[in-house]
Amino acid sequence: MSRTRVPVVAGWFTGEGDGFRLLGTRCADCGSVFFPREDTACRNPGCGGQDLAEVPLSRRGRVWSYTDGRYRPPAPYVSDPERAWEPYTLVAVELAAERMVVLGQAAHGVTPAELAVGMEVEVTSGVLNEDAETTWMTWHFRPVVEEEAS
Amino acid sequence: MSGQRHDVAVLGAGMHPWGKWGRSFVAYGVLAARAALADAGVEWRDVQAVVGADTVRGGYPGYVAGATFAKALGWQGARVTSVYAACASGAQAVNAARTQILSGLADVVLVVGADAAPKGFFRPAGGDRPDDPDWLRYRVLGATNPAYFGLYARRRMALYGDTLNDFAQVKVKNSAWGALNPNARYQKRVSADEVAASAVVADPLRLLDICATSDGAAALVLSSMDFARRHGVPEPVRVRAVSTVTPRFPQTVLDLPDIATDSAAAVRPPPETFRASIARAAYEEAGIGPEDLSLAEVYDLSTALELQWYEELGLCAEGEGAKLLREGATSAGGRVPVNASGGLASFGEAVPAQAIAQVCELTWQLRGDAGQRQIPGARVGITANQGLFGHGSSVIAVR
Ligand SMILES: [Zn+2]
Repeated sequence: MSRTRVPVVAGWFTGEGDGFRLLGTRCADCGSVFFPREDTACRNPGCGGQDLAEVPLSRRGRVWSYTDGRYRPPAPYVSDPERAWEPYTLVAVELAAERMVVLGQAAHGVTPAELAVGMEVEVTSGVLNEDAETTWMTWHFRPVVEEEAS
Repeated sequence: MSGQRHDVAVLGAGMHPWGKWGRSFVAYGVLAARAALADAGVEWRDVQAVVGADTVRGGYPGYVAGATFAKALGWQGARVTSVYAACASGAQAVNAARTQILSGLADVVLVVGADAAPKGFFRPAGGDRPDDPDWLRYRVLGATNPAYFGLYARRRMALYGDTLNDFAQVKVKNSAWGALNPNARYQKRVSADEVAASAVVADPLRLLDICATSDGAAALVLSSMDFARRHGVPEPVRVRAVSTVTPRFPQTVLDLPDIATDSAAAVRPPPETFRASIARAAYEEAGIGPEDLSLAEVYDLSTALELQWYEELGLCAEGEGAKLLREGATSAGGRVPVNASGGLASFGEAVPAQAIAQVCELTWQLRGDAGQRQIPGARVGITANQGLFGHGSSVIAVR
């Protein structure tokens, strides 16, 4: 049986492969960017603008910090209690253009030992968990592998 | 706006010991309240207002903690207030009591906070709530509270060269004081080797770097300075400032439970972090500075976070928290001892009680009643803490 791929949160990201992007909103009046998206009113206290347009966030950023989860988190995090717990890595990534830090899980298999503060990473589509009918999709960060210089 | 015009007296302080006792938060709160009333020499029937710091883990009675404690102590008609501000609930309760006293609405007010904590990680409230950032961080990221502590600790290591041993030494220091505190849950000294041998919870932090969750309760009897004099206490410990400030946009430090910071693309970030602004507001209100402090009680949710507080309280420059610790400035006999109660490292967190417990410790230290933990000649103390979702919490008490 094939599962349907569904974003774990609607409207937070879009695209596939190299076209995958986190989606935020930008205030037309002051230029402040919001992630998770702010759709009601700008939160800049000196602005109050209500014209917020969807905007893709930068694909690449630099590691602000990182950690991992060695113990199974409580619900609503979904994990199979029958299976041994596999730690996941969390990365906080600084996006230069947006001047903000966004938290995400690292791509499966990336451990803290492979990360360093300041390292360049990129956002990618990833699987959060699967149930009978659905593959729940999320965003992951992974280290940028530079093309070999010719 | 500064100085003694805003003083209220601390007539009594009381606690129920922290631990895992298997009883209701109400039972703990009532015992702490009775201890504070006895310490103050005030009868419950003479208390004009009661302020409860709420717990979200006790069902409906927890959301209306002020009334819950008033009923359990025996209805006597007092004005009631219940407040919630996550870990900052206790400071909000102290401030609610203080403003009632300063405005003349009440002469003597009882403040109570109590919790009965779950085993393991704190978790969000039940149900599917995709609009709730606290629900989302668990569902989408599995980002527990220790995950955020791990992020902060790793960043300190990268930026300032803090080491795992620096973090462990915070636990060593705090556990040595906890061993002297009958209200602490852990009354045993811990060595750096024991910290290093404990399991990693959230890289780079280990089990003994991270505070547990506990049952416990703390209470204060606050009054006007006039009431204290009439009551025969001409020179009480005084609360001189309570800071309950919120952050300023854009907040550029990733804060629990957020998935991202604000963007500083359009607006220049404020010159200080949110935590630093919490302390500065308290200092300004009290008309003092960090150089005036005899001691501090800070929220050591993790060992690394205690070092962060040193810097944000202005005890040292940014990045020099570990150096201050290594010099012994924050240990017994140091320039400004921090967490002489044993801190969260020795107590574990009982959310709505914790900020009140910090003020209890200041009260005993400033009175000279802290027994083996006594900081000699303590005159001025500060507490510092931060509640989820942008709640500042800092109290300055003087003698
Ligand atoms: Zn705006």
